[in-house]
Amino acid sequence: MTILVDETTKVIFQGFTGDKGTFHAKEALAYGTKLVGGVTPGKGGTTHLGPAGVQHREGSREGDGSDRHPDLRAGAVCLRCSHEAADAGIELAVVIAEGVPTQDMMRVKRYLLRYPPEHRMTVIGPNCAGVISVGKAMLGIMPGHIYSQGRIGIVARSGTLGYEAAAQMAKYGLGVSTSAGIGGDPINGSSFVDMLKLFEKDDETDAVMLIGEIGGPQEAQAAAYVRDHMTKPVVGFVAGLTAPPGRRMGHAGAIVSAFGDTAAERPR
Amino acid sequence: MCHRVLVEKAVPIAREIYLGLVLDRGLERVTIIASAQGGMDIERVAHTSPDSIVKEVVEPAVGIQAFQARELAFGLGLKGKQVKGAVAAVNGAYRAFRDLDATMVEINPLVVTEAGDVLALDTKMSFDDNALFRRPAVNELRDYTQEDPREVEAAEHGLSYIGLDGEIGCIVNGAGLAMATMDLIKHAGGEPANFLDIGGGASPERVANAFRLVMSDPRVKVILVNIFAGINHCDWVAQGIIQAVGEVNLEVPLVVRLAGTNVEEGRKILAESGLEITGTEELYEAADAAVKALAAVKALAAVKRGAPV
Repeated sequence: MTILVDETTKVIFQGFTGDKGTFHAKEALAYGTKLVGGVTPGKGGTTHLGPAGVQHREGSREGDGSDRHPDLRAGAVCLRCSHEAADAGIELAVVIAEGVPTQDMMRVKRYLLRYPPEHRMTVIGPNCAGVISVGKAMLGIMPGHIYSQGRIGIVARSGTLGYEAAAQMAKYGLGVSTSAGIGGDPINGSSFVDMLKLFEKDDETDAVMLIGEIGGPQEAQAAAYVRDHMTKPVVGFVAGLTAPPGRRMGHAGAIVSAFGDTAAERPR
Repeated sequence: MCHRVLVEKAVPIAREIYLGLVLDRGLERVTIIASAQGGMDIERVAHTSPDSIVKEVVEPAVGIQAFQARELAFGLGLKGKQVKGAVAAVNGAYRAFRDLDATMVEINPLVVTEAGDVLALDTKMSFDDNALFRRPAVNELRDYTQEDPREVEAAEHGLSYIGLDGEIGCIVNGAGLAMATMDLIKHAGGEPANFLDIGGGASPERVANAFRLVMSDPRVKVILVNIFAGINHCDWVAQGIIQAVGEVNLEVPLVVRLAGTNVEEGRKILAESGLEITGTEELYEAADAAVKALAAVKALAAVKRGAPV
C-alpha cells in the first residue's frame, strides 16, 4: 500500500460543514476518498453531503471506525482539536489550517508523546496542502487532477511547489505514489525524515522527491538521513537561495535566522 | 526615524553575561542559552569558544525548573547572592517568553553590578505572528512607522510582500513557489525586485492590488506573474491582470505563466484582451523571458540616451 492513506482509509473532517470544509470534502469524495463523517460543534446527528455529520466526542472512533481526518479549522483552535483527536484514538491528523501559534504546536508535539508509539497519532502539517495517494485518496486542498499515478513519492513544505513538481513530472511521464505536504511552519507534526522513513518502507514507491526551503534544521537532517539510511534514490530541492537573512518569506518557518540556515548552505 | 527612547540611569558593571531564549526548531522546545561573555555577538562566541556557552532545554508541560536556572547560574560562574539574582532573571525571561508568545528573548548584556545585583540592561524580543491575535498588549507596541510601508500596505490587502533590490517584479501564489521563482530569476541571470505571495483564493481585486504594490517600486523594469492554481483559479488571476493593467497604466513588459485550475480559460482571457503579454507554459521559460525582456528594456533605454549599444 501507499504511505499514510489509501482507498481503504476512513476519513472524518473536523470543521466539516463550513464553506472551505464543504468544498474540499466534495473534492475528496469526488476523488474517491472514503469519507465517512465530519465534525462541527453543535451539529451532531445531522447530515451533510451524504455521510452522517457526527459531533466529535471522545471515543468517537468506536462509533464510526474512522482513523484519518483533515482539519480545516482556524489555527487558533488547532491545539484543542489535535488533543481531542489524539485522545479519540485517531491514527492520522492532516492539519491544513495555517496560523497555528508555534508554542501551541510545541505543546501538541509533546502531548502526543504521552501515547506509546504504536498508539500515537501522526500529525501532518499544519499550514500544509495535505496528503494525496494518487488514484486512491485525497486529504487536502490540492488540485487532484494534476497528479498522474506512479511510483515516485513527493514530500514538500510548500503546497504550490509540490504541485509544480507533480505537474512537471507528469509532463515527463513520471507518476506519483503519495505526495505529502509537511507544511511551512517552524514546528511540523511530521518532519522530512519521518516521511522518508515511510517512503523507504513503502513497496509502491521507488524514489523520492524532497522539496524544502530555507529555515530550520530539517532539510539538513533529511540530507544526512538520505546519506546514511536510504536505499531508494532521493532528489532534493531547497527554495530560497535568493532570500535575504532575517526576513520571513511568507511561511512562518521560512526565515534564515542563524548560521547554517541559508539555502546556499544547505546543499553541502 | 526613531520615535521612542528609553533612558535609564547608568550602573557600575562588574560582569556582563549573555542570556538568550530561543524556539529551538530541532528540539521543538524552548532552549535557554547563556554565556559568560556578555555584550558580544553570541554566534561569534559559539564559533570561537563554544565551551563558554551553557544550555538548558525547557519541557513546556512543566516550565523552567529551579534546578535548571541554578545550573545555568553555576555554569556562568556566579556565586552567592548573584545566583539568586540570575535565577530570578532566567525565570522571568522564560515567563515572558511563554506568556507573550515570543519566538526569541535575548538579554545582552545581563549584568552583575559591583554591588552584586543582577540586572537586564538590554533586551530584544521577537514575537510569533500566528499568536498575535491573543496578545493584544504586544500588538499595541507595534510601531508601523519602523516597518517598510509597502510591506504594511501589502499585509492590509492580504498579500505577503518583501522588498528586495532587483529589477524584476514578481507576483506569485504560494510562499515556496514565490521563493523558487526568485531563485530561477537569479539562475537566469536576473535579480528579483521582491517576494510576493498573493495567497490562496485570490480575487481579481487582490491580483490588481498586487500589481499596484509591485509597480510602486521605481526599480521594477519587468513584471513576472507565476501562478500555479490549486485553490486559486487562473481565470480570476487573468481578470485581475487585465483590471490592473488598465488601472495602473502598465509601461513595463509583462511575462505571465499560468498553470493549474482553469488554465485554458485564463490563457484565453489574456489572449483576447489584446494586451502585450509574453505567455509561457513552464516556470523556467518565464524566468528566461523576464530576464531577456529586462535586457531589451535596458538596451532601449541606452539607445534613447544616445549611448552606443
